[in-house]
Amino acid sequence: MLTMKDIKKVFRTDTVETHALRDFNLQVNEGEFVAVTGPSGSGKTTFLNIAGLLETFTSGTYTLDNMDVSNLNDKERSRIRNEKIGFIFQSFNLIPDLDLFDNVDVPLRYRGFNNAERKKRIEESLEMVGLASRMKHLPAQLSGGQQQRVAIARALAGEPRFLLADEPTGNLDTKMAHSVMDLLHEINDNGTTIVMVTHDMTLAKQAKRNIFVRDGRVSELHDVSQTEAADAVSA
Amino acid sequence: MFTYYLRLAFKSIKRTPILSALMISAIALGIGACMTTISVNYMMSADPIPSKSDQLFYVRVDSWDPHNAWDDPNVPPNQLTWTEATNLTKAGKAFRQSAMALTGGVLEPENSDIKPFQSTIRLAYKDFFDMFEVPFLYGGSWPEEADIDPELVVVLTEKLNEKLFGGENSVGKTITVRSTEFTVIGVTKVWEPAPRFYDITTNAFNDVSDMFMPYRLKQELELPNWGNNNCWKPTEGEGFMSRLLSECINNQMWVELPNDAAKQDYMDFLNSYVNEQKTLGRFPRPLNNRLTNVTDWMTESNVVPDDAEVMLWLSLLFLIVCLLNTIGLLMAKFTTKSSEIGLRRAVGASKQALFYQHLVEAGLISLAGGLLGIGLSLLGLEGVESLYGDFISKVAHMDITLVLMAFGLAILSSVVAGLYPTWKACSIAPASQLKSQ
Repeated sequence: MLTMKDIKKVFRTDTVETHALRDFNLQVNEGEFVAVTGPSGSGKTTFLNIAGLLETFTSGTYTLDNMDVSNLNDKERSRIRNEKIGFIFQSFNLIPDLDLFDNVDVPLRYRGFNNAERKKRIEESLEMVGLASRMKHLPAQLSGGQQQRVAIARALAGEPRFLLADEPTGNLDTKMAHSVMDLLHEINDNGTTIVMVTHDMTLAKQAKRNIFVRDGRVSELHDVSQTEAADAVSA
Repeated sequence: MFTYYLRLAFKSIKRTPILSALMISAIALGIGACMTTISVNYMMSADPIPSKSDQLFYVRVDSWDPHNAWDDPNVPPNQLTWTEATNLTKAGKAFRQSAMALTGGVLEPENSDIKPFQSTIRLAYKDFFDMFEVPFLYGGSWPEEADIDPELVVVLTEKLNEKLFGGENSVGKTITVRSTEFTVIGVTKVWEPAPRFYDITTNAFNDVSDMFMPYRLKQELELPNWGNNNCWKPTEGEGFMSRLLSECINNQMWVELPNDAAKQDYMDFLNSYVNEQKTLGRFPRPLNNRLTNVTDWMTESNVVPDDAEVMLWLSLLFLIVCLLNTIGLLMAKFTTKSSEIGLRRAVGASKQALFYQHLVEAGLISLAGGLLGIGLSLLGLEGVESLYGDFISKVAHMDITLVLMAFGLAILSSVVAGLYPTWKACSIAPASQLKSQ
């Protein structure tokens, strides 16, 4: 599904060169739910941006859905983002003066669907996150948890194969965070591959696999089910 | 997608009403100032008779002082003597021709409610009306014989007919001008070419004369010279006829020449006429005859004054300043939308799609600015009219071409003002914005 080989990302200014990712290697298989953790500045978000084709990388190869996406132009990258990738951000990134319907509609507009198809997908997505009855509300009229649900609906409306979540529960209280995580599990159970960046180890453990990033490299890979089994044995 | 972009543009404008109002005002002020001066210049320099402006020629022959040209560099006089005006017209060498002159006098209305008033009279030949396509409301022009053996007939303008006869058909009725009774033979419809190309020796934007009479009545009734009268040597002798036959210039002449061959023939005729006059001791200067078509004559006579052109350039500079302000304001506006742009990029909008979206927004702002600018232009033209008076009223208005031009200018402004901010907005790295909200 997602394969990164020897990815390097260097940010350069006139005086400073920062190596955000160095020899970053990772493979994510179809249907996985992977949590990426690591300290601040370790390169988690850079990885996520590169994985989501929001940023280019300095060297290495990146294959997404059996397609080498290392050297695509802006239009092709945009198309792949639109068709194959869904994004969920910590700060929801809803457009404040568009109602829920129009917010979910944003990626569909660039997909070129007709009105009926867009309407069907928007209604289904909002239905799935439990907000179908509020589609004419503005984001400001919703709680944080509800706003994140709208963001998830927006990410799902295009039926992406790959969902990238950057601290999806970072702005939510525990109850809402659990509710969002439940939703992500449901989405994953339906076959969507999820990569989630988080600081929260408790949430990370809810994923099927954990990746620990340090100094721009993958330093540990854990299969959560095996870890949990080992924990149970030692206990 | 266009309607989607349009809807987003409306929402965006509503989201920042003050900023949007400032941008619309800046564009409106620039377009308003620009269109006011463009309108005045355009109307001043417009072709007043487009159907045949390239077939009508103003006639000039150089009868001036042998030691000093009329104007530098070797420009012949802008009017003709009575002798040339009558001789050339009488020769009838052109398809149509008419000498003309301005005179006037007191008109005494039969209706005692209207006090006698000073009126202007254009003396001309019958061809004047056909040549310049003067429309008639009642009757028509005088018969050709009246050009040779002038009759006491008059063609009124619609305005004068309204004043004297309440707009009724006055053909056959009489009016008294300079204590002489004239029979009304025709009434013209409103005909106000601007500029008044057929006589720009006075002010090119003056009104059309109140009435028209056969040219030769000038001699018959000893009608005075009105308008500009210039002489390069003193009049020999006393009395009206001496003045009339002097080398003073007070007459204009136009000919209609349908093609180049006719123009060449007429020029040959003019040259031979002048050479013949030279044998009689007149025309001391070298041959310097001119046939100038309508648009060239307007240009040569500087119908559009230099200060109007200076104002035009100043207003264009003002528009540029306004556009620079709009660029700054658009940059500020689009900066506030960085996170939205980042989000749209993330969910699949290409740079091109975002470019179109924001260009539509810039275009909508400019269109609103353009519409307001047209309103300001109309106000500006009112201001120009009240400042400079009646003489400019004919040119201080906008026609459909100017309205379209204002929209064109608004669209051009939107492209100019919107391109850079739009390009900057689309160049935003999405990743940098998505964490910052």
